[in-house]
Amino acid sequence: MATTTQDAAKVGAQVGRSVQRLESREKVTGRAEYTHTMRLPNMLHAKMFRSTVAHGRIKSIDTSAAKKVPGVLHVITIDDVMKVIPNPYYGPAFHDQPILAHEKVRFVGEPVAVVLAADPHVAEEAAQLITAEYEELPPVFDEVDALTSKVYVHDELKPAGTFADLKHLKDAKNTNMALDYRLRKGDVDKAFAGAAHVFEHEFKTQKVLHLSFEPHATIADYRDTGVTLYTASQGPSFVRTEIARLLGWPENKVRIKVPFLGSGYGSKLYIKLEALALALSMIARRPVKVALTFEEMFYQITKHPCTFRIKSGLDKDGRIVARKCEVFWNGGAYADIGPRVTQKSGLTATGPYEIDNVSIDSYALYTNVTPAGALRGFGVPQLVWAYEGHTDMIARALKMDPVAFRRKNLLREGRPHATGTILKDAATEKVLDKLVERMNWSQPFDNGSGTVKRGRGLGIAIKAVITPTTSVAIVNVSGDGSVTLYCGTSDMGQGSDTAMAQMVGEVLNIPTESVRVTPRDTDVTPYDMGTLGSRSLFHMGHAVQRAAEHARDQLKALAREVGEPENSNTPIRELFVKRYGMQAGNVIGTGVFKPDYVPPAPGTGLSDNVTAFWMISGAGAEVEVDTETGHVKVTRLVNVLDIGKAINPQVVESQISGAASMQIGFTMFEKMHLDGGQVTNASLADYKIPGFHDIPPMENITVDTYQSNGPFGAKGVGEVATFCVSPAIANAIDDAVGVRLMELPLNPETVFRAIRAKAGQPLGDE
Amino acid sequence: MSATKTISFTLNGAPVTADVKPHHNLVELLQGQFGLTGARETCGQGLCGCCTVIVDGLAVSGCLYLAAFLNDGAEVSTVEGLDTPAKLSPVQEAFVETAAFQCGYCTPGFILMVGQLLDEHPDPDDDQIKHYLTGNLCRCATYPQVMEAVRLAAKKRKAGAAA
Repeated sequence: MATTTQDAAKVGAQVGRSVQRLESREKVTGRAEYTHTMRLPNMLHAKMFRSTVAHGRIKSIDTSAAKKVPGVLHVITIDDVMKVIPNPYYGPAFHDQPILAHEKVRFVGEPVAVVLAADPHVAEEAAQLITAEYEELPPVFDEVDALTSKVYVHDELKPAGTFADLKHLKDAKNTNMALDYRLRKGDVDKAFAGAAHVFEHEFKTQKVLHLSFEPHATIADYRDTGVTLYTASQGPSFVRTEIARLLGWPENKVRIKVPFLGSGYGSKLYIKLEALALALSMIARRPVKVALTFEEMFYQITKHPCTFRIKSGLDKDGRIVARKCEVFWNGGAYADIGPRVTQKSGLTATGPYEIDNVSIDSYALYTNVTPAGALRGFGVPQLVWAYEGHTDMIARALKMDPVAFRRKNLLREGRPHATGTILKDAATEKVLDKLVERMNWSQPFDNGSGTVKRGRGLGIAIKAVITPTTSVAIVNVSGDGSVTLYCGTSDMGQGSDTAMAQMVGEVLNIPTESVRVTPRDTDVTPYDMGTLGSRSLFHMGHAVQRAAEHARDQLKALAREVGEPENSNTPIRELFVKRYGMQAGNVIGTGVFKPDYVPPAPGTGLSDNVTAFWMISGAGAEVEVDTETGHVKVTRLVNVLDIGKAINPQVVESQISGAASMQIGFTMFEKMHLDGGQVTNASLADYKIPGFHDIPPMENITVDTYQSNGPFGAKGVGEVATFCVSPAIANAIDDAVGVRLMELPLNPETVFRAIRAKAGQPLGDE
Repeated sequence: MSATKTISFTLNGAPVTADVKPHHNLVELLQGQFGLTGARETCGQGLCGCCTVIVDGLAVSGCLYLAAFLNDGAEVSTVEGLDTPAKLSPVQEAFVETAAFQCGYCTPGFILMVGQLLDEHPDPDDDQIKHYLTGNLCRCATYPQVMEAVRLAAKKRKAGAAA
């Protein structure tokens, strides 16, 4: 995908052009602004003292030694916080997370006390002098245990009231379940009873995390008249709402400013450090910066580990007649957005297959580990790992070709998804066909001889975008004709500022490069639900398109008003001069978008309009497995995706290769190791992420599609390449050496143990 | 904390003097006293490359390099010294044209390390590129585009030298 710099000044055809990112110069010169490297005059630094136990009642906290350290201004516990914020609980789905540990600690690493000092080294040294005594309580770590455990992470549940389907959990006691999503279609028990074959498997995924290279950071500057937060956030509007709620203030006294993000991947969604920074600034009456170290990110937010029990019934011809899914999501100590992950991904747990009888139960569960939230896929990669492994295992057992088996059961355009929603603009067939073609699936494959075996595998997946959500945008045309876009989408590297500017340029017929995108600032940028789940290009894109069209229509009216002929190319500035007698005035275009939606029916989960759009992807892998060491080398990775029309092909390409490569890490080696709830590899030395040598040869293909209800035919692309990487590789390993791995990651030890077990020579425990 | 040491050195070509505390690393010195935020501390262990700074012609990890270890007269270069108001460096240009970054947090480190690579190997092969950039990690995984950027930068530097 070649760059087209020479087109930069060209007018028209802005959409579909590989425009260089608008912030390119700032980023390559090191001058782009990020919260983690910002400082304000008179600012204090906060350093945290964290819990050393997974579950316990706080008996005492001794801050006396810390207070004596020269340079320490405040040492703060929840008692101090509650003097300024009497109800210190926050969260998007549940108001369950205290600003600092309150009465109990619920995971190792939970913030218990904070030291404030002008010098961060002083604050850090003092924080190490704090001690606490706990009455330790039995913890619960495993998501399946959590469902039936008599250990309760929370004494009672506190739904935030934001989401209607959580209301029945209000004040619930003696449970760790923060959401029980269910879907029922047909009669699954009857179908199993009549099935020719029944297969049941259990798959697991491990605890991994985002590790944005800009760790979480927030600076709060509280004044009696209003508060400003500078924060690395994927959702400034939500932060404003939640900070205003905590203060009991109207939203217009709360200002959230978000510069560029040193990436997010879901880790900086909703509310993270903002409530703490607010409380600290209120207490200190000075700006306070809370900035995590790399290690501290292991105690902030992770992906959900997941246990997925999947059971399928088939008729004698290999058609799936029933599928039962039980998904257990390990949500950690605080719900964060786990209940949404549980529901919104849960509804696609049966995969891209047409099955008449379906039962899905998806449980969000509290445990005593670091909270889990959204990570590039909103739960879908965990589901695909299971259902595409399961699919291959069935095909093998029935001695059917994995592709033929998928084709037989594939959910096709125009057919009903398990929810009852008709599949539309979801290129399942095109994706599978292209994948099969690129993998040369019909040709014989050399599985190798000797100690290194070769294999190939594939997978296909579906995701429903989180619906319904709202975006608002403003396009401002100034008196000189220059154009400014105000939109709340956080550009964290996905290139949203550029793509949105392209849409403005397309509508107003001006070069993308001339459009200024205002950095997110809730004093001027209107509401947006959040930069998450591949929703922004579609939802905010619609709002931006509408705002630009609204501005365009007003400019046309202005031209008529000043007597310019229809379609004249009079410069915009001259229209303003004619109207106001000088270069003055503005044209303000606004746009709002919220898609149609029918909420799932209570009890059955059925809806004939459950999502604004579908995402479809497939991946194929070829691997070499060293049978003497268990090392797996991915020699080829093919990603095939339905992304609708590409607004910026060059950015799309890097989103695809980046997402697939990130998933390579989650598939092959990444894992947070926990011992008694304590993370034992909380550093980059011990928790490895993909580097140059880990990226396999990759082919990325987008099938030719057009999202009919999307802005300019587009839909989201940030997550879709993560979905199928893990099962494609596991299926290829099975093809190579005949072992089936049911749990991620697929590291050499796991593979080698499986090879030895299969040979009847199992290795002893560690 | 303990006494400061005064060091005179060259920063991006200009003579400067700084009062350095013994526990401050190079990143803190650059950010705190010179407002240069292109070198950033991410992993704090010298493993990710986000804090890369060039000291006396060699790339170092600014998060591990104690500022007090700078000698008087040392030459320190950061990403902020590469461009002029009119022009980006060839490596920076190549990164822009190939879209070899996403969030941009690790980008200054990559750009400095690529400069070092091309100083030593003006025409690097893929193995040399990977070898030099093993210590630079990108969580957005923009590696294929960085490969392309390095090849383009090599061409640009050669064309610039010939001109």
